[in-house]
Amino acid sequence: MPKMTMIEAIRDAMDVKLAEDASVLVFGEDVGYFGGVFRCTAGLQKKYGVERVFDTPINESAIVGMAVGMAAQGMRPCVEIQFADYVYPAYDQITQEAARLRHRSNHQFSCPLVVRMPTGGGIFGGQTHSQSPEALFTHVAGLKVVVPATPHDAKGLLIAAIEDPDPVIFLEPKRLYNGPFDGNHEAKATGWTSHPDGEVPEGRYVIEIGKAAIRRPGRDVTVLAYGTMVFVAEAAVRACGIDAEIIDLRSLLPLDLDTIAASVAKTGRCIVVHEATRTSGFGAEVIAEIQEACFWSLRSPIQRVTGWDAPYPLAAEWDYFPSPARIARALLKAMED
Amino acid sequence: MPDHPGLTFPQPPARPGESPDFSLIDIPPAGALDLPPLDLDAEASTPYAQGLVRVLDDKGAAVGPWADYLADVGADVLMRGLFDMLTMRAVDRRLLNAQRQGKTPFYLQCTGEEAIGCAFQRQLGKGDMNFPTYRQQSLLVAADYPLQALMGQIYSNDCDPTEGRQLAIMHSSREYGFFSISGNLGTQFVQAVGWAMANALSGSDRIAAGWIGDGATASNDFHSALLSASVYQPPVIFNIVNNQWAISTYTGVAAGASRTYAQRALGYGIPALRVDGNDYLAVAAVSRWAIARARAGLGPVAIEWFTYRVAAHSTSDDPSAYRPKAEAEAWPLGDPVERLKHFLVGRGLWSDEQHAQKEAEILDSVIEIQKEVEARGTFLDPRPASPAKMFDGVYAEMPPHLWRQRQELGY
Repeated sequence: MPKMTMIEAIRDAMDVKLAEDASVLVFGEDVGYFGGVFRCTAGLQKKYGVERVFDTPINESAIVGMAVGMAAQGMRPCVEIQFADYVYPAYDQITQEAARLRHRSNHQFSCPLVVRMPTGGGIFGGQTHSQSPEALFTHVAGLKVVVPATPHDAKGLLIAAIEDPDPVIFLEPKRLYNGPFDGNHEAKATGWTSHPDGEVPEGRYVIEIGKAAIRRPGRDVTVLAYGTMVFVAEAAVRACGIDAEIIDLRSLLPLDLDTIAASVAKTGRCIVVHEATRTSGFGAEVIAEIQEACFWSLRSPIQRVTGWDAPYPLAAEWDYFPSPARIARALLKAMED
Repeated sequence: MPDHPGLTFPQPPARPGESPDFSLIDIPPAGALDLPPLDLDAEASTPYAQGLVRVLDDKGAAVGPWADYLADVGADVLMRGLFDMLTMRAVDRRLLNAQRQGKTPFYLQCTGEEAIGCAFQRQLGKGDMNFPTYRQQSLLVAADYPLQALMGQIYSNDCDPTEGRQLAIMHSSREYGFFSISGNLGTQFVQAVGWAMANALSGSDRIAAGWIGDGATASNDFHSALLSASVYQPPVIFNIVNNQWAISTYTGVAAGASRTYAQRALGYGIPALRVDGNDYLAVAAVSRWAIARARAGLGPVAIEWFTYRVAAHSTSDDPSAYRPKAEAEAWPLGDPVERLKHFLVGRGLWSDEQHAQKEAEILDSVIEIQKEVEARGTFLDPRPASPAKMFDGVYAEMPPHLWRQRQELGY
């Protein structure tokens, strides 16, 4: 099986769909000739032409607004927002237009589009290149929200997203683009080629949106994470030597509550980890669902490890980014009786 | 006739491997445009919005009515302009070098665009406020902003007035008329309107200057700014720095079917001028005129500074992937430092020897300050402010939930 980085896997997903479906279009800032600032669309314009893969003006609401019109008229746009931090001008188009078009027209119109965007920190990007805005989208009825953590999942989920009949927000953890990252920023970076999750099948395959993945089965405590935090949580679990069950949520909306509830019913303990700020973060939603579904199975309070409620700092990045040590402390706390 | 409507996808005249081609850029002669009255209206400004104000001609002489407008400007002021630009260039080169050595994760140069910020800033007064983009560090240099603070921001050490909060180049200095850069595009153009409105409402004669790149004129807030200024007529100057490239995106993608960016203002009833941004004297003259106009209460004005982004977008960018390598050298409006130097030499005020000596002196003094600042910490030897500082300034007073988080962090 070929080895790919997450960038290559994302590009391959678009390549597969551009090849087999003439209605698929790819556009955004710098995505055409240059192939995107993270190279996710490199070579696609050359292969499919400027009418299907093109550069746009720097206007995110125009990118998504055009995509809404195209999607409603039968195309399948897969657009790129250069950084998730730049999505806010498009928020109106995403939340009040794309998300509601099917409902308000009673199925006369629909909006099968994908908005891809690099998300998360750990790259010394400061406050406008490091944000994790997933909760701003999971709060919106009509959207699906997906966050892959591996090249394999990225390709399968992106193909599923492009084929989905409704708008999908596709968040790409940019710290994972070139390799897994366990939060130990002083260690030498490793690439996907030496990692089993870098194996990506050729051609079309889908990862169903709405299904979590059990990364590590365990008996003692359930660890729920997504994106970069999957690998940081794995490192913390290894360091603690606790028999934790690590679940990569992959899809935040819809959420795979069956997998989560089955795990927490078994372990009776749970921690939730995300990079995004704490207050009203997605962890709060997950914890609310778990206490409704599993209250009588819980043996300790559910712990939350998140980014702090401050703008993402540059110099203090590693004090902000949830570390394996912080996750380990939460694990030990969850293990207390 | 095609059997159905088609679309246009703008492409630059040349790509890597091809020869640079600026043949479509029309360069009118220097001195061709008159000095307009301060109360110029939008319609009457059409020749300025479509033309190009130039003072320095190809032989290095200052010609025309805009040159006369600067007749009272002394040689010392022009020499200072040259030194500002040399300082800016030295700072940029040294900080680029520092990034290559790993001393900062990021840097971004303004090479080729030095005249714009340097000449504009020298025409502003105390209390005026710029709303810059991340490529206007030249405003700070020409405001005599301490280079210790400018470089400290790049290294996130204790010389950084913002204590490591932001990515390198995202400066902030209220005292030096440099509004805190957010890093998002276009957002601050309209804030300049609000600042200018506040000045007018409070009886001040201070003005505001918004800054935006050609690429970001595509943003919603560019249009919001022009519209708001059109309605309320505040003392604001809209600076559009057209440097031909928005990262890899050719300027034609932002311009569409418009001939110039300056023209965009005309539809909002705002007068506009297009200026040779590599001509220090043209920038100084038009800045002086526009600032006098705004201060006189004659309303907003837009200026398109026509220039070329010589350097990469940033240290994360490689322009050889999307534009011809020799494009910068082929830029028909030359280099701002060389052009001002040529003028001063031609006037007998300066010589090649003096220039070389001054350039070396400036570089030495920049290096000396850089060493002093680097001794206080770099990315290789980080000595950031206490991480507890990240909770400081989220609000004026820290609410209980942030106190709890700060304690959880261990402070």
